[in-house]
Formats: sequence, structure tokens, C-alpha cells
Amino acid sequence: MSDVEFHEQGELNDISLEGEITVPGVPSNKDEFSTLDEPVKDTIMRDLKAVGVKFWHVLYPKTSTALLREWDLWGPLILCVFMAMMLQGDTLDQMHDGGPQFAEVFVIYWVGAVVVTLNTKLLGGNISFFQSVCVLGYCVCPLSIALIICRCILIAKVQTTVLFIIRFVAVVVGFGWSTFASTAFLAESQPPNRKVLAMYPIFLFYFVISWLIISHTHS
Amino acid sequence: MADTSSSWSSQNAVLDMDDVAGSDHSDYETNFSTSGRQGSGGEKMSGTYMDSMKQRLQENVTNMMWQSGKERATKAWNIYGNLDILRPYFNVEPHEVRSRLVHSLLPQRPSDERQRVPRELYGPMMIIFTLIALLLFQMKTAEHRVEEGTLMGTSFGVCFTYWLGASGLVWVLSYVCNTHLTLIQILSMMGYGLGGHCVVIFLGTIIHTSHDHLFFYALWAVVGGLSSLRMVSIVLSRTHGQTQRMIVCGAVAALNLLFLLYLHFAYHQIVEDLSEVFASHHNPVVADAVGVNKGDDSAVKNTEVEDG
Repeated sequence: MSDVEFHEQGELNDISLEGEITVPGVPSNKDEFSTLDEPVKDTIMRDLKAVGVKFWHVLYPKTSTALLREWDLWGPLILCVFMAMMLQGDTLDQMHDGGPQFAEVFVIYWVGAVVVTLNTKLLGGNISFFQSVCVLGYCVCPLSIALIICRCILIAKVQTTVLFIIRFVAVVVGFGWSTFASTAFLAESQPPNRKVLAMYPIFLFYFVISWLIISHTHS
Repeated sequence: MADTSSSWSSQNAVLDMDDVAGSDHSDYETNFSTSGRQGSGGEKMSGTYMDSMKQRLQENVTNMMWQSGKERATKAWNIYGNLDILRPYFNVEPHEVRSRLVHSLLPQRPSDERQRVPRELYGPMMIIFTLIALLLFQMKTAEHRVEEGTLMGTSFGVCFTYWLGASGLVWVLSYVCNTHLTLIQILSMMGYGLGGHCVVIFLGTIIHTSHDHLFFYALWAVVGGLSSLRMVSIVLSRTHGQTQRMIVCGAVAALNLLFLLYLHFAYHQIVEDLSEVFASHHNPVVADAVGVNKGDDSAVKNTEVEDG
């Protein structure tokens, strides 16, 4: 038996743990621990800036990895809540309250994102679950802009065919933009010969959301 | 670790129960407890020893249960929650999906050899999602308010319940009648059979002929019939015995055709009724009120089937 030294229990308890868990080659995140002391405003502004940068990437899609590398779910949540509130009907016009419509949009959005992500992973894509949900959520941004345009048009008292055509075109443009943006981000993670199989559910997902927007006729 | 526990308890920051065994840390004196404590001085030491033993025993048992529960849950998750179970059924190429979609409407002449049934779930899942989207599209073509929340959830539930329920029923029947089909193959076959339904609903919504169901019935017979014949020929090639063949083929064809009828009458009927009301009344106030009422009655309407 080799000589093994047993430390006294008392000695061990007196020595405080120190040192760092570092991985060679990765920059150490020493400044992360200092974010606890900063003012709340700084934290919020930093997060909002990150969300804003991602919206910018979605609106001008180039093949960048910013959305994938630093994914977050704030942007999708903001978009989902915004769309659910805008698509809610007025309580005065309908017999039921606006609750089910808010819940419906919420459920469609998140369940749709989960289903599309599962399909992507099952087809052999090398992307993590939350990255995919993040990209799908952020790419709804053009459709939200189309929803704002539709709502503005619906303010007019008389709805003519021309106004309906404008709304329709706005939603179609938003739908195409969303699908194109998500393709730009998600395409590389798919095996090359199965891109169509992965893109079809994304197409359906944005189609359903576009349909919800275009069919929302009461202001 | 066990033999260092005594030194641990003397040095850690957690409150040591041996020191405060006498008081219960309340701010006020509890007179009724002191008299009892004075009388049982000698038994107090063994009492607290038993208490601490019991406490330690409890903690050990809790820990053991927690550990074993955690292990079992992790094992169960690894077995059932693992996506890799489903991965082989999504291993398809686009051209395969395309050819299977086309062939789902082309019945093959029954011959002696068994017809191949793919074990694939991607195609059926996409067809079902397309069917749900088409039902939503159909319900919105008339420009009036329908309770889209109720109908969207209903169409989701209906489509998935049909796919899973009908496949389960056919699986039970094929087990009884000795048909050589696995559950995945049945799921795949019934799923591809819904492709015809998508075509019929799409065409029926685009070419909207109100007051006349003849167009729909023609589509139902042709497209629905073709997809049913395809499934029937698959089942025939894998079953032996006249009675068994009739049972399973009859069940498959009936489920397929009746589901298409149900989709038409449960969803299309609402649209048609409301468009009738609008066309005949030409009064937006009355029509709105009726439209809201009709929307509220959508659940009731689902159970009624009008004569064609």
C-alpha cells in the first residue's frame, strides 16, 4: 500500500475553498458575477438591447449566427403577448369575454414552436431545442408588423375591398418575410437533402398565424 | 463520513439541537411545560436520544426514498422521453414522401404478394397538420365571426383523435382477425389515407357551391373511394380468410369515408348556414345578431346532420 496521508477533519474545515473552474481556451466570465450589483436599469437596458439586436437581425436576415449563439426567449414572449393582446376581440362586441382568444394565440404560438422544433430534431437537425424555439419566435416579428398595419387599417369605419386587399398584401408579405428569415437561420442546421421536409412545418406554422391575423376583422 | 458526524455537528453553523433541547425558543414563558419537565429529569436524556435517533432514521428513510425515486424517474425518462425512439420513423427523403402521397390515391390490384407499407410517421403528421390548417381555412372563408377558439381546438382534437383512435381500433381488429400489420404501419396507412381528405376539403372550400352538395358527394365518392380502396387492397394482401378480410376491410373503409362526411357536415355546414342567412336577409344588424347566436350554437350544430 502506498503512503496515503489522511488530513484531520479539523484542518480541512479551516481551509476555505478557492480556485476557479476554468476550461482552457474559453474566456473566463469573471465579470458575470459582478452583474448582481449593478442597477436594475442597466440589466434591463442590456437585455432590451440584446432583444433589439435580434429583431434587427430578423428584419434584415443574413446568414448570421447571432440568434443561435446567444438565444433567449424574451423576444418571443414579448411578441406572443403583443399579438395575443392585439388579436383579442372587444368584450363589448361579443357574448364571451376575450379570454379564450388570448389563450388560443398563446397555445398556438408555443405549441406550434415546440412541434416544429421536435420535427426538426427528429429529422436529424443539429440544433438545440431552445435555439430553435428562439429563432421561430423571433421570426414572427414581420407578422407582428403586418398585424399593426392591419389594425391601423381597421380603424377606418368603412371597410372596402381595396382596404381588404391592402391588408391581405401586408399579411402575405409578412408571411413570406417570416418564412424567409427563419429559413436563413435554420437551414444550415438541417441535412442538405431534407431541407424541404424541415421547412414545410415552419411554413404551416406561419400560415396559421397569418390566417389568424388576416381573419381578425373586428377592431 | 459517518464517524465524522459528531465533529461535524460541533463545527457547523446549523443550530445544534443538543444545546437547545431544553427551550423551544419562544419569546414567552410557557409555565405549563416547566412543571412537567422538572419531574422527568432522568428520562429526559434518553427521551431526547430516542428523538434524535428517530429523526435521523426519518431523514435516512426520506433520503433513500428520494434517491430511489429519482433513479427510477431518470430511468423512465431515458426510456420514454427519449426522442431517439421516434427517430427511425422520421428517416425519409422528400421524394419518398412525395411518391407515397401520390400512391395513397392509387389502389394496387391485389396479388399474392404482400403490399409494402412504410413505417413512417413524418408524412402522416404533416398531413394531419395540413388538415387542421385547412379546416381553419374552411371555417374562415365566410366573412363573419365564428368562435375560432372553440373550432381550432376542436379541429385539433378531432383530427388527432381520429388518427389515433381509428388506428387503435383497426389494430385491435387486425389482432383479432390475424392481419399482418404492426401498429406503426396502421398509423402510417391511416395517416396517408387522410391525404385524400385534405384534397377534398381544399377543393370543397375553394369551389364553394352552396345549396348543392352534389359536388362534394362526387369528390367524396371519387377521392375518398380511391384512398379507401388503396387501404383495402393493402389489408386484403395481408389477411387470410373471407370473414376476417370483410371485417377489417369494412372497418377501414367505413372509418375513412365516414370521417370525411363528418368533416364536411360538422364544419362546412356552419359556414353554409351562415352564408344562407346573410344572403337571404341582407340586413347587417339582424345578421350580426344571428351570426353571434349561430356561433354560440356551433357546439350544438356539430351534432346535427342535415339532409343533403
